[in-house]
Amino acid sequence: MQEVTAPPRVVPEPQPKKYKSSSELKKRLWRNKLLYVMLIPGVLYFIIFKYLPMYGLIISFQDYKPYQGITGSEWVGMKHFSRLFTEPDFLNILANTLILFGMNILIYFPIPIILALMLNELRGTFFKRFFQTLVYLPHFMSWVIVVSISFVMVTMDGGIINELLAYFGFAKINFLLSPGWFRPMYILQVIWREAGWGTIIYLASIAAIDPGLYEASRMDGAGRLRQVWHITLPAIRGVIITLFILKIGSVLDLGFEHVYLLLNSMNREVAEIIDTYVYTAGLRQGQFSYSTAIGFFKSIVGLIMVMTVNKVSKKIGEEGVY
Amino acid sequence: MVEDRTFSGRLFSAVNFILLALIALVTVLPFIHVVAGSFTTSAELAANKFVLIPKVWSLEAYKFIFSTNTIFRALGVSIGVTLIGTLFSMFITALMAYGLSRRDLDGRRVFNFLVVFTMLFHGGMIPTFLVVKELGLIDSYAALILPSAISAFNMIILKNFFQNIPEGLEESAKIDGCNDFGILFKIVLPLSLPAIATISLFYAVTYWNTYMSAILYLDNSAKWPIQVLLRQIVVLASGMDHSATLDGTVPPPDQTIKMAVIVVATLPILMVYPFLQKHFAKGAMLGSMKG
Repeated sequence: MQEVTAPPRVVPEPQPKKYKSSSELKKRLWRNKLLYVMLIPGVLYFIIFKYLPMYGLIISFQDYKPYQGITGSEWVGMKHFSRLFTEPDFLNILANTLILFGMNILIYFPIPIILALMLNELRGTFFKRFFQTLVYLPHFMSWVIVVSISFVMVTMDGGIINELLAYFGFAKINFLLSPGWFRPMYILQVIWREAGWGTIIYLASIAAIDPGLYEASRMDGAGRLRQVWHITLPAIRGVIITLFILKIGSVLDLGFEHVYLLLNSMNREVAEIIDTYVYTAGLRQGQFSYSTAIGFFKSIVGLIMVMTVNKVSKKIGEEGVY
Repeated sequence: MVEDRTFSGRLFSAVNFILLALIALVTVLPFIHVVAGSFTTSAELAANKFVLIPKVWSLEAYKFIFSTNTIFRALGVSIGVTLIGTLFSMFITALMAYGLSRRDLDGRRVFNFLVVFTMLFHGGMIPTFLVVKELGLIDSYAALILPSAISAFNMIILKNFFQNIPEGLEESAKIDGCNDFGILFKIVLPLSLPAIATISLFYAVTYWNTYMSAILYLDNSAKWPIQVLLRQIVVLASGMDHSATLDGTVPPPDQTIKMAVIVVATLPILMVYPFLQKHFAKGAMLGSMKG
């Protein structure tokens, strides 16, 4: 899912005091028995819906047959994984996925930063609140709603965009069925829905900057733009890097829903991404093992990316995510 | 910050204000267009192209979409799933968050790690589908709630919030004979209302917007929530597949009808948004900006 908010920082846990004997530990466990009872529903949830599916990944090494289950299905080793890299279809969806990811990084990522800097320079709290309220709103609309709104605007029969094109003497464009318009529509929808919401965390870290710094720079004759460049931006550098890491970590995770809604038989060539392909190949065509292998590949790449970028960011002296 | 009264400072402010106003306008105009379009007649919409305030008001589109049961049923499903799901999610999220927020709980590092790990790595769509299927949840409303009942993200935000409540309060309640459940419900939760409001809003919006679980786990179209119906009416009917209209016999729905369905699917969010807006901005920061 496309989460632009940084996940909560994982604070180092204060260690419980070490007790000398095991009987003391037992006593403490018993004293906290109600706390453990409270954990039961949550722990069950994570086991059943998060860790059981991880166990289920082993079907990517099998020819899984629903009626035989995991224990009864035949083991086939790396068959499905080697198929991945020979299938032209897969290389195409991998390329599509990477292109959309690249657009997210190059086009979308800087926008909330710029928007936050602009909002921060706004004088007067009323307007600041007002604009914030307006630009946060689209984040709460589902992808179905976002895609629907844009579809009624660009549709050939009576969509406002095409009516305007016609009014100014241009030919109407079938935005929904032309492969060339898929990527622009995709990224514009991402920007429309998420740019405002993405400013929250930057605004919060800007608010923590010592006002004395601005005072001092003004004494030195710095104008507003210079202050943004030399004080505000460096001050939120850490947050920018953290969010960048997270974005990189979600490299193959573009969000199933959004792309699935835009996908149709005409733009499949450019629009099919890993997530939608897993759905079609797995649930529609019943290739459980093969599509699980694709999903597995995706999860591993994501994990490796987060860990690598995190390590790099620590090396260059930034905090990292965990 | 001190007001910057130089000419360049004022110019900067003016340009900045105008740009932001334009951005805000671009953000809301599409939606206003859709709302206005839904309240006028299709003839009026076709004639005026872009409507911000309808000249001719009409409830035609709404009368049409509510003339069958389809929308009522889908709204009912969405409302039910949102109410029950939010309550259920909040309940088990709060229990878990409170347990993990207590410093004297042995093993909490392990639990925390196991939760965070699910944010970095997951089994993916097919294995999760198989689990849901094995549990016999296919085609049940529970499939829209249980598989996403706890968001690790929300749980950690709430846990961090609980951790900031002074321990002394809990200690003294304990001395007064309160057990852990009593402390949670009588002391910790009442003190955490802003966080509870925020997380509840997050959950409620997620449940209201449920789409993916519905297309994965529900085969029976009578159980569709409003978002899936919206897709059928607007997305599929927008020049792709004309058979997927309201009841399959009428021609593709015209613009005003599509707009009316969008409005109906968005309405609840628009209604709660102004009340909770100030909470979530604060609440969303709680998690990330410690201290």
